[in-house]
Amino acid sequence: MADQERLNQGEFILWTGLGITSFVGFWYIFVLLGVVPKQFLPPPHEVVVRFVHLLQEPFSGYTLLAHIASSFQRFLYGFLLAVVIGVPLGLLMALSKYANQLFTPFFESIRFVAPIAWVPFAALWFGTGIGGPILVIFMGAFPPVLINTYRGAIHVDRKYLEAARMLGAGKLRLMTEVLFPASIPSIVAGLRISAGLGWQSLVGAELIVASSGVGYMMVKGQASIQTDIVMSGMIAIGLIGLLIDVLLRQAEKLAVHYKEV
Amino acid sequence: MWFGLTEWTGAISSARFPSPTEAWNSFKIIALQGYGNGKLYQHVLQSVILVTSGFLVSSSLGILLGILMGANKKIEAFVNPIFLTLRPIPPLAWIPLAIVWLGLGNSAKIMVIFVAAFVPSVINTYTGVRSIEVPQREAAAMLGISRYAYYREVLIPGALPLIFTGLRLSLQASWTTLVAAELVGATLGLGSILNQAAQDINPAMILVGMISVALSGWLMTQILAKAERYAIPWRA
Repeated sequence: MADQERLNQGEFILWTGLGITSFVGFWYIFVLLGVVPKQFLPPPHEVVVRFVHLLQEPFSGYTLLAHIASSFQRFLYGFLLAVVIGVPLGLLMALSKYANQLFTPFFESIRFVAPIAWVPFAALWFGTGIGGPILVIFMGAFPPVLINTYRGAIHVDRKYLEAARMLGAGKLRLMTEVLFPASIPSIVAGLRISAGLGWQSLVGAELIVASSGVGYMMVKGQASIQTDIVMSGMIAIGLIGLLIDVLLRQAEKLAVHYKEV
Repeated sequence: MWFGLTEWTGAISSARFPSPTEAWNSFKIIALQGYGNGKLYQHVLQSVILVTSGFLVSSSLGILLGILMGANKKIEAFVNPIFLTLRPIPPLAWIPLAIVWLGLGNSAKIMVIFVAAFVPSVINTYTGVRSIEVPQREAAAMLGISRYAYYREVLIPGALPLIFTGLRLSLQASWTTLVAAELVGATLGLGSILNQAAQDINPAMILVGMISVALSGWLMTQILAKAERYAIPWRA
């Protein structure tokens, strides 16, 4: 199995370089040969130029930065809401059998609905401003937070709970001072999944119900067949998603350390 | 509780959330007379067939690429940069591009399903191949195994559990993406029920649409789980 061996640095750079060049190269060839009209497939540099332009010039009401800001604000609200509700509920379900039996069937039936399917109700209940998209993000971000908190808390050694109980800790203190700290690594891992899903759901929600935001900008670009705007939107969404993931990955590392201390 | 809030006490107005009776009536309407260009089974069939075909094509190609990337470092180095650039873009963000390129018909939907299903199956297959331990590989090499037999007897079985993890994620992603794409624009399919019902401000029909989306998605996951148990009996 010679091909399993490591590539030396030169080979690695060669093949990686070839990969990038052929990707960009094929893109250019397609454009230059006119296989697809330029309107549908603008050359890479035009997309970059458009992206930079959009940062300064408003399109469909706002500049790209303002669209990003409004998307990000919605994401943050939806995500925080999921955390604020999901973490305590997960701890409670791990602590009390009654809470578990009360919420599980409800949760199980809702979990199978794709977050995006909430869009019509979101629009009906909360409108297209900020409320509607937040509900959709919440529906995407909530399940992983709840599940991971619950799993983390259920695996906490029962000895600690019994010790704390013996020392006279009430339910609230059990949750905040025993279960919560012990399940932080699992919770943070859940946050990363839920942020990813929340960000995705946001994009979906904005494509359908919103009057600002990156998704909205893309729909407008789509309607006027400005492929470079659509692609700029994709780049922006990819970059922000990547940024969120990197931040939470750092948090995850911290949380693992925290457990060892 | 649902009955109590909607039907008996009217605490939640039916303009916001339907009562069970209304939902049942809407279900009868869509199942028997049809709603939004088709009856319920036509919508379901449309969506399920699109997802299954897109998912099957995309994940087979994804598994193939994943295996190649896992087994050959040159291919990995070649594909990786492209893959890493495209990966953070959520499948839903491809919808506008697909519509610009292919319009509102089936081909645009197949494109977004393809994108959605491709990434998870590649990543997980690749991880699966890489998770095969060195001693196993060396033992096989020492026994003078042929390349074909190596793939068949060592590499694929070793990677299979993670391949199935990838398939599950792929299926979920394709289903969500398809529903979203149909919400943006389609004449037939479960997402188009939701879209139509939202425009008609018909909460009962929205609910019926959501339940159908959930049930069909759940059913497909179950079928995949069955296939998994069949394919990796040593795991079950």
